[in-house]
Amino acid sequence: MKSKKWARGCLVAATLLMGTLNAHSASQTLDKIKSTGAVTMGVRESSIPMSYTTGDSRFDGYHVEVCRMILVDIKDKLGLSTLRINYQPVTSQNRVPLVQNGTVDIECGSTTNNANRAKDVGFANTLYIEEVRIAVKANSGINSISQLANKKVATTTGTTSVQLLRKHEKANGVNFDEVFGKDHADSFLLLESGRADAFVMDGSILAGNIANSKNPKDYKIVGEVLATEPIAIMVPKNDPEFKAAVNAAIAKIVTNGNMPKLWDKWFLKPIPPKNIVVGLELSPATKNAWANLNDKPAEDYVKK
Amino acid sequence: MSLDLGVFCKNNLDGEVVEHCFSALFGLAHNSDPSYLDWLMKAWVWTLSVAGLSLTIALILGLLMGTLRTLPSSSALNKFLIWLSTSWVELFRNIPILVQVFIWYHVIPAFVLPLKALPSYCLVSIALGFFTSARIAEQVRAGIQALPSGQTAAATALGLTTAQSYRYVILPMALRIVIPPLTSESMNVVKNSSVAFAVSVPELTLFAMQAQEETSKGVEIYLAVTLLYALSAFAVNRIMNQIEKRSRVPGFIVSTDASLAH
Repeated sequence: MKSKKWARGCLVAATLLMGTLNAHSASQTLDKIKSTGAVTMGVRESSIPMSYTTGDSRFDGYHVEVCRMILVDIKDKLGLSTLRINYQPVTSQNRVPLVQNGTVDIECGSTTNNANRAKDVGFANTLYIEEVRIAVKANSGINSISQLANKKVATTTGTTSVQLLRKHEKANGVNFDEVFGKDHADSFLLLESGRADAFVMDGSILAGNIANSKNPKDYKIVGEVLATEPIAIMVPKNDPEFKAAVNAAIAKIVTNGNMPKLWDKWFLKPIPPKNIVVGLELSPATKNAWANLNDKPAEDYVKK
Repeated sequence: MSLDLGVFCKNNLDGEVVEHCFSALFGLAHNSDPSYLDWLMKAWVWTLSVAGLSLTIALILGLLMGTLRTLPSSSALNKFLIWLSTSWVELFRNIPILVQVFIWYHVIPAFVLPLKALPSYCLVSIALGFFTSARIAEQVRAGIQALPSGQTAAATALGLTTAQSYRYVILPMALRIVIPPLTSESMNVVKNSSVAFAVSVPELTLFAMQAQEETSKGVEIYLAVTLLYALSAFAVNRIMNQIEKRSRVPGFIVSTDASLAH
């Protein structure tokens, strides 16, 4: 009996290690939600204002609120009276494996939908288009990426921006001195302490970090849009029924006209816990994504 | 689970397979983009450089501080030196290494402005070197105190000064005794050098974190990095083993049983 238990434990561990999940029934995720009355939402600690902690293990943000609306819709669809939401903080490194192995049912963070990740996980329809920009000190006189030649450029380890910088270096023959922060706060500290002349990252992250800094007026976001990337809610792959339920809920939220209100709430008004204002205007690209809901990967957004 | 080692032959711009796996590093192909293998090798060189520089700092300071701690408290100067070396050891071994790295990178340069000009790998080597020197100092002290007190007494009886008795009698024996713990400490420096990723030194750990994000081949990347760390640490082990063999004095305590050296 004991050895059987042990063997089963091993099997579970092995399955987790391999990160493979074979869906046998029509929708494993919906079945699990229905039978347990609970769902696990993957959230980020500091992706302000998309998904972040407001202290005391509470999480909030643009994507988190959208997800809560989606889950209410799914709860009604499954005929459940209550649905408990467990929040599971994830990082850039572990978010894909955790969705793959079923620890997280729906990830509501700041994940770029790209073809590489789409091999391992599914993406719901895009509700936010990220533009990669440059943040500099306001008095630096830098206005465009061409002025960054031979300057120190900070970016965060484990993000797509690193690759983007390398591509740009090669295409334009400019040479950056790259410095890597271990997380966004660290990269911003590099800019703040003068160890870097610029911080290249997603616009919302730059705006969030600037809003959170000691003197937000000392920094500005400048230059051309370096890349456009769809940020989407992550769901398990091989579960089309769950993905369809999520997308149906998203369509409902958009038709009800909730998106402009949500944008206003998270990007233009003061947000908890410190009542900072991110101050990022609604971009035409994001507006377009709401009007034509789709789950195209980042590769389809590359300008040719 | 099958391994896809082909990932190392792809270039790190758009994931296309390059002509030669070592394309950019050895100039095998002209104007080729660097592959992940090139990048891995560069990261390895960074790891070895940081570890080497840290170990040099650690050995010099560790030897000095360890010796000073054992001085006879006969004069005011000696008492001051004992106090200094004891404070040194207690300061650097009571703070976690990652915190020390951040202090050297973010805090101290804010007060000592010339340090701002130093590249981050120098600062991280100072941090790691000082941290390890405290541990080496303790081992050196243990080695010196393991010697029978008759040795010091005999040196004094011969008319040697304190400096001379350390130079000709105490240290040559004590350092042979502490080679085995120094071997572990030297291997630890190689492994601890992974903290350098936190201050943007492009070494193996930073490579692993970035490359696995770009390629989604975490298993292959981490296996390769693990192998290189193990290889580096083992190489240090072999070198120290050779030093131990070469410096052996027949009949002296540490060298009576050859099998213990392994």
